[in-house]
Amino acid sequence: MYEILKMKHLCANNYEMRVKAPRIASSCLPGQFLIVIPDPEGERIPLTIADYDREAGTVDIVFQTIGASTYRMAEFKEGDSFSDIAGPLGRPSELTEMSEEELKSKKIVFIAGGVGAAPVYPQAKWLKEHGITSDVIMGFRTKDIIFWEDRMQEVANVHVTTDDGSYGRNGMVTKCLEDLISEGHEYDYCVVIGPMIMMKFACLLTQKLGIKTIVSMNPIMVDGTGMCGACRVTVGGEVKFACVDGPEFDGSLIDFDEAMRRQTLYKTEEGRKLLEFQEGDTHTCGGRK
Amino acid sequence: MAQDMMKKVPVREQAPEVRAHNFEEVCLGYNEAEAVAEAERCLNCKNPMCVKGCPVSINIPGFIQEIKAGNYKGAYDVINQSSSLPAVCGRVCPQETQCEGKCVRGVKGEAVSIGKLERFTADWAAENGIKPTVTAEPKDKKVAVIGSGPAGLTCAGDLAKKGYSVTIFEALHKAGGVLAYGIPEFRLPKDKVVRHEIENVKGLGVNIETDVIIGKTLKLDDLFKKEGFSAVFVGSGAGLPKFMHIPGEQLNGVFSANEYLTRSNLMKAFSEDSPTPVMRGKKTVVVGGGNVAMDAARTALRLGSEVHIVYRRSMEELPARREEVIHAEHEGIIFNLLTNPVEILGDEKGWVKGVRCIRMELGEPDQSGRRRPVEVQGSEFDIEADTVIMSLGTSPNPLIASTTEGIETDRKGCIVADEEKGGVTTKEGVFAGGDAVTGAATVILAMGAGKSAAAAIDEYLSGKD
Repeated sequence: MYEILKMKHLCANNYEMRVKAPRIASSCLPGQFLIVIPDPEGERIPLTIADYDREAGTVDIVFQTIGASTYRMAEFKEGDSFSDIAGPLGRPSELTEMSEEELKSKKIVFIAGGVGAAPVYPQAKWLKEHGITSDVIMGFRTKDIIFWEDRMQEVANVHVTTDDGSYGRNGMVTKCLEDLISEGHEYDYCVVIGPMIMMKFACLLTQKLGIKTIVSMNPIMVDGTGMCGACRVTVGGEVKFACVDGPEFDGSLIDFDEAMRRQTLYKTEEGRKLLEFQEGDTHTCGGRK
Repeated sequence: MAQDMMKKVPVREQAPEVRAHNFEEVCLGYNEAEAVAEAERCLNCKNPMCVKGCPVSINIPGFIQEIKAGNYKGAYDVINQSSSLPAVCGRVCPQETQCEGKCVRGVKGEAVSIGKLERFTADWAAENGIKPTVTAEPKDKKVAVIGSGPAGLTCAGDLAKKGYSVTIFEALHKAGGVLAYGIPEFRLPKDKVVRHEIENVKGLGVNIETDVIIGKTLKLDDLFKKEGFSAVFVGSGAGLPKFMHIPGEQLNGVFSANEYLTRSNLMKAFSEDSPTPVMRGKKTVVVGGGNVAMDAARTALRLGSEVHIVYRRSMEELPARREEVIHAEHEGIIFNLLTNPVEILGDEKGWVKGVRCIRMELGEPDQSGRRRPVEVQGSEFDIEADTVIMSLGTSPNPLIASTTEGIETDRKGCIVADEEKGGVTTKEGVFAGGDAVTGAATVILAMGAGKSAAAAIDEYLSGKD
């Protein structure tokens, strides 16, 4: 059993959890993910590891309620336990494999979109622990859904931007990056994590600017160990499995339009299950029952 | 009832038109009278060929004689000496190419229904609360088994029976491997059969830890260095699903059989109560001709779809177990044989709308001895479909080999293990067997490998004292 030591409603439909998982905490690295199974008969939910404490044996995750299974997760309280958490899965960020000299020679910027701030955090923190302070652009739609600004500031130079200008800088993350560059910042390595559409446009921009860019893909997954092939992504014309070959890939090689289309695969099915979950038996959707 | 001794006692099944709409087990098995009548057909040969056909060498005439005498407990004890999973094997072994394929009865008539008798014995034991037992003295050595599929369960069960302390590490959240995620409920009931067999293995003292991915959660070397194991058996099974690399394979509605079956079997998406979504197509094309293809096709049928199997060779070469093919045909699955997909067609939104196929004809035999299918030029035609399930086999999962020094793999990525020597690998103390070594094969072959590995591990550890 994996005890929930902390459960916090961050904002809107975002939640943060700290879970006791000593083996995962002792072997994970930034960039890797885990799979949470809130209901043993139900879905396996892949979530990028947002922080970890090897000594305390804990991992932090941040999730968004989007389907029936994540809504169920949001009902968990401190002291409750998950029967199953598996990980760490996927390959660690390539930053963790670079030598110190190589890292020091790079000018690194992270771009975090919305809930993408959570998976960016352990990478920035890891760099900080290795003596490197990176820049982090945190983009949010609006002021009310900002989270982890303070936490991120402890490990990086943070630039918050909101789409509606209600907090920090005004505009999308792409505009923020262009502004920072015109203000004199220089970057030659970028990691973008967030909604697929945001990663797509960020990559288009960084390609134009000639900045090498890594993205973390979040396709539909089932087992997360390379068995089902649901998470296949076309990278440079080749089919890769995000769970074992990724989740991080060179953003300039990703077919984002295909990846976004594949994400919608179960939209209606998921929507139906969600309505059933929220409305119980009253919801029949005019369909089977 | 006058019995024709040349023929098998027929086994009761759910009617095709009924079972096509439910996930209950298709085959209902023998009752006592039927089992005894079928057991009467066994000639109790002095030199039993059936045993030679069994990868785990069950004393087949021995247990059948016990059934004949009405001593079902005795029958179970005989099987238990060789197999840890009789309720599974009785249901999913390809008996026609193994024990029953060698049965002398089969020369002139039909072979003895060994599989159904094995199943009867195992089910009778389960219903009567009879469990396998450990007789050996406990040993002070720990063995780790990676994977809780047929190879791992067999190896663990045998080692526990020899007195070793055994822990199985399973990557998924439920034990059973392919028995849990791959083979559907209607062929292998999960609660009644799979869970029960796993409980039996646990009853032998085997500890099962789920959610531990060796190579990730723990490295294989950690098992020796940190966790105190003296030997490791790798039965991690098959891995990454293969695709055809034809245009349109990334369209929405194209799945691997592994994904489709895992959603339905492991995560119970077939049940309306499950939060797991699965594509319930109207018209499904399953590509491939193995057992997994039959399982995927019959699952799709039960989820309400019309189903076509597309296979590039003819019925004769179809590798699936005969009973599954017959069941599939009776249930209304349409076989498009000597047909191969060349492209998956999509609509403007990127969803599957059909499969472009080409007709094939059989040419000269290839390396496998089967006649090689050759495209018939200009014979392309389209099959309408909204779901395509690729069932083309798997290539080995690289997780363990790539994270462990000293384990050699072959060109295909399979772990190199000497099957003659119980699966010794190139790394000391590490043995391997099942699909991780052979590539996708059958439950019983994996069990055979698990069994001989258990013997080899026992020998290895005994030699270390």
